[in-house]
Amino acid sequence: MSATTLDAAPSRLRLGLRAGMIGAVCLLAAFPVLNQLPETHALHVSDFLVSVSGKWICYAILALSLDLAWGYAGILSLGHGAFFALGGYAMGMHLMRLIGPRGVYGHPVLPDFMVFLGYRELPWYWLGFDSFAFAMLMVLLVPGMLALVLGWLCFRSRITGVYLSIITQAMTYALMLAFFRNDMGFGGNNGFTDFKELLGMPLNTGAARATLFYASLVSLVVCYLLCRWMTATKYGRVLTAIRDAESRVRFLGYDVTRHKLFAFVASAMMAGLAGALYVPQVGIINPGEFSPGNSIEAVVWVAVGGRGTLVGAVLGAFSVNGLKTWLTSAAPDLWLFVLGGLFVAVTLFLPKGLIGLLQGRGK
Amino acid sequence: MKGRRLYLDGVSVVFDGFRALNNLALVVEPGEMRAVIGPNGAGKTTMMDVITGKTRPTAGVASFGDADLTRMDEAAIANLGIGRKFQKPTVFDALTVFENLELALKAPRGPIACLRWILSGEGRARVEEVMEETGLADRAQDPAGILSHGQRQWLEIGMLMMQDPELLLVDEPVAGMTDAETEHTAALLARIAGKHSVVVVEHDLEFVRALGCRVTVLHEGSVLSEGSIDHVQNDPRVVEVYLGR
Repeated sequence: MSATTLDAAPSRLRLGLRAGMIGAVCLLAAFPVLNQLPETHALHVSDFLVSVSGKWICYAILALSLDLAWGYAGILSLGHGAFFALGGYAMGMHLMRLIGPRGVYGHPVLPDFMVFLGYRELPWYWLGFDSFAFAMLMVLLVPGMLALVLGWLCFRSRITGVYLSIITQAMTYALMLAFFRNDMGFGGNNGFTDFKELLGMPLNTGAARATLFYASLVSLVVCYLLCRWMTATKYGRVLTAIRDAESRVRFLGYDVTRHKLFAFVASAMMAGLAGALYVPQVGIINPGEFSPGNSIEAVVWVAVGGRGTLVGAVLGAFSVNGLKTWLTSAAPDLWLFVLGGLFVAVTLFLPKGLIGLLQGRGK
Repeated sequence: MKGRRLYLDGVSVVFDGFRALNNLALVVEPGEMRAVIGPNGAGKTTMMDVITGKTRPTAGVASFGDADLTRMDEAAIANLGIGRKFQKPTVFDALTVFENLELALKAPRGPIACLRWILSGEGRARVEEVMEETGLADRAQDPAGILSHGQRQWLEIGMLMMQDPELLLVDEPVAGMTDAETEHTAALLARIAGKHSVVVVEHDLEFVRALGCRVTVLHEGSVLSEGSIDHVQNDPRVVEVYLGR
């Protein structure tokens, strides 16, 4: 059969990728352990590398979520950073509540910035955030609700392509401006920081870092498997069909608005989760996380890795951020030019990203 | 469910002052095949757009059985049992022939239903049957993007067969086809026509003659003449605006 010989090359590539992925996850999983080795040991992994790769894992989850929306459903969101930041803020609110009376002002309930700004009591939307479960629910629900409302308005009116991208970009910009305001009750310019503990675990210890690192890694694997499952079902094929010929899908009797909304909301929730894992690792969340540049950078990760392939999104997040970390210390002024150049180069020469390059080799 | 008639009356569509359809009336009885011809700009495609919910009429009645087509969107009309084949074949390039047909198969259409979807043996048999009928069986695992123009047309017709619509709208099915491909297409349509109502928009009069059905001639957005192919070909008004050029 001709079909089997045609399949042979890609399937070898797929096996290779799978082995590579499992290997990479195992390698990452070993980082906190190798961090325990004495610094003189050849296999010692520095604190810096552990913490920076913990961040990259969160970025990889964000890239996955963006790829689900863009690579599969064709929704090019230039505001996915907003969902990430909202998840981060929800986690940040929980962490602020856990500080309790240990703040500089020693107020039993109010976070420092509220005391400073003259708040008498906790705003109603801060209630409940002392509970971890409630905060985790909000980490998913707040980005999910925003995506539901925005997506419903846009998809129902059949706003697609560049117009949708501009709207999502405007959304994250508007949120950034809103969160900069002190009277929003989210710490304004400074955001939240000085976190003390999470789930009874002091945050400044190696054990906490390792726990958060593993939580992120497990989340990445779970999100990857979830996306893989979704895209492998008929639902995934409907999304691909919507991406390629949206109106044709309508004439087949599919409610395109509902299908796109489902993907967009799932994607936003995943981005929120990534933000929630990110914040305790970096120890701060401020309105800068909403800046449009962040969202665009996430698009570049996915484009570089290869949109429409889940491995590609993850690969892109790690490789571009690896490059960024190296370059911003080696030649800090160059980074933005390299980022822009990378996007142009990938668009022109590597439309399928790094994964496309591998596929080319595989054949 | 069987036996609904398509009923258009007084349908007008105005785009920025231009009347694409002007007081159009058309009735297609259950099981009937109807050819619609007319010069470019006569409103044939706009008529299809009104029936399938792509365009809302400015005035008039459009119904299928007792369903009011002017109040429904494309997906709802498709689920009502009206299928459409486009002038330019539109299939999903990234999906295989098999997957294209599977998407069209009658089944619950919601996101959750699609996530939980498992193709039944019956469904698989139906996909294979349609692949046989359209002559695409040996291309089952090929992405639709690499098919030839004729094969894309057949795949799209196959997708309509999977939808099993009660009324089928076909826009210029043989444009750009070789003679052999035209013949194969005519045979496919004839096979579908037995079980469904069909409206065919076509330029090729030989093809229309081969269909051997009632013909409606459109001109400037309304019906100019209706009857057998011989009747309309001899209608002096038709000769003037269309055939006698």
